[in-house]
Amino acid sequence: MSTARKKPEPGTEINLDDLPCNFARFGKDQPLELDCGLKLKPLTIAYETVGTLNADKSNAILICHALTGDQFVASTHPITGKGGWWEMVVGPGKPIDTDRFFVICSNVLGGCMGTTGPASINPETGEPYGLKFPVITVSDMVRAQAMLVDHLGIESLLCVTGGSMGGMQVLEWLAKYPERVHSAIPIAAAAKHSAQNIAFHEVGRQAIMADPEWHGGDYARHQTSPSAGLAVARMAAHITYLSEAALHTKFGRNLQDREQLTYGFDADFQIESYLRYQGSTFVDRFDANAYLYLTRAMDYFDLAADFGENLGAAFQAADSRVCVVSFTSDWLFPTSENRDVVRALNAVAANVSFVEIESDKGHDSFLLDMPEMFDVMTGFIDAAANRCGL
Amino acid sequence: MDDLASPIPTGSRVDFLVIAEMIEEGARVLDVGCSDGALLKLLTEERNVDGRGIEISQSGVNRCVARGLSVVQGDGDTDLAYYPDGAFDYVILSQTVQAMKQPVPTLHQALRIGRHVVVSFPNFGYWKIRFQVGVQGRMPMTDTLPVYWYETPNIHFCTVRDFVEMCTAQNIVVRKQIALNHHGRRVKLGGGLRIANLFAEQAVLLLSR
Repeated sequence: MSTARKKPEPGTEINLDDLPCNFARFGKDQPLELDCGLKLKPLTIAYETVGTLNADKSNAILICHALTGDQFVASTHPITGKGGWWEMVVGPGKPIDTDRFFVICSNVLGGCMGTTGPASINPETGEPYGLKFPVITVSDMVRAQAMLVDHLGIESLLCVTGGSMGGMQVLEWLAKYPERVHSAIPIAAAAKHSAQNIAFHEVGRQAIMADPEWHGGDYARHQTSPSAGLAVARMAAHITYLSEAALHTKFGRNLQDREQLTYGFDADFQIESYLRYQGSTFVDRFDANAYLYLTRAMDYFDLAADFGENLGAAFQAADSRVCVVSFTSDWLFPTSENRDVVRALNAVAANVSFVEIESDKGHDSFLLDMPEMFDVMTGFIDAAANRCGL
Repeated sequence: MDDLASPIPTGSRVDFLVIAEMIEEGARVLDVGCSDGALLKLLTEERNVDGRGIEISQSGVNRCVARGLSVVQGDGDTDLAYYPDGAFDYVILSQTVQAMKQPVPTLHQALRIGRHVVVSFPNFGYWKIRFQVGVQGRMPMTDTLPVYWYETPNIHFCTVRDFVEMCTAQNIVVRKQIALNHHGRRVKLGGGLRIANLFAEQAVLLLSR
């Protein structure tokens, strides 16, 4: 199938079929059954692998990326030119040691880096899906990942890990495919999206939809994109990934390249300039409709709802070793919500560890240099590997 | 002194060795207040247990998990309530019970979630303690209680006799009681509980419902 599309900014046009990664293509005979009742076909999953799969296919580790991440977990990003988003964690001798383990990271269903999403071509119209793309859920994302894992001939995963929306996927794996998960590390996640988090997402979506260039989601046909709206969505969301302490330390009330206030609405403060930069670079690599769909999937996530409002029941069948990780200054997915997951796992006597890492960097801590998190991951994964005879 | 049933590395805390002897191969174990995980590691390596821990200090937890142990940050006083009935073969309260706010409800919780409970604690009836309090008029400090009164986390001290009496009153069955003297040797219980209560620096008890 073709996934070529117009990119929002001139000069960044890239044919997604040419991305330096692998593609798994599922035809019309292999539809993905969605929670909304529709079937998605055909389906392409773009993914990266690092390391070597061993003969009995027992050393695979699946990494689930966060809302605005992608499959380039440990290699240079083809659009931004920056290093892999978790290259401090994934690599030879790193906590996820690619000399020992086979790492899989796929672009999430509904994403915009090669996996089928709202910018993909709708086979019924020959045009990009836009808002005709079905509303997807975290459950759908994980079902698609399971298809990829099947496609690779892997029966069970040594470990499934990821932060934030990636952590939601990890919990979903534990609940829906317990027999296929030896161990799991959900990081800075929660079993449901809180009202506050839904609220922030709604602000972002409204910013996109208020941009006249959005055209009811049909911007590709109009050869444009709602970059201003998407940038504002990113700016608002970016604040939630940090902490007041981190903002204070990094920016305070410092002025941006000027000695005094300008009595205008230019970016007088460094924090304004920083957020504007975050917004403007984000639109080069992200699709506005994908942002709508992925934030919606997170909002819909409520693992206990699928199990009679009993989160413990979600993990009833889990024989996996689980290590829940949270950060002290994370107010988006606070320790209390991670602890709820731990208590649910305790309630079914699951083999669970729970580590709260001291950090003033907020929710984004899981993407940063956190030696204590690295030590915990190394020890936990090593113990899991030993148990599997690796 | 009785010889240990099977070789266990020396250098481990003496009460750990006694606890390890009480626990059979492959048992499901919860160590409440597991500190840096030394006992869990010993039990995992020497008894091949399916071991879990609860530890209140975050740095202790992080060290445990980095050593490959399954440990959650939590408070033994409150968090046992989150586990189901009979989840473990053994719940261990090693040098923990005297630091708990609610030792008796916690013991009942431990007996609910575990078939057996192993408790070790410093014996306040130990003669050196009696001497320090009774003759010297000072708060006691010993090898098992090495800190000043204003630094101790311990808030519910008891003697071996007190503990056994509490068990009787609470309908808790004491299956085994092992008293250890200053040198980590077992105090013969032939002389009765009163003698053990005088010479034991610490005690390890195996309890059940």
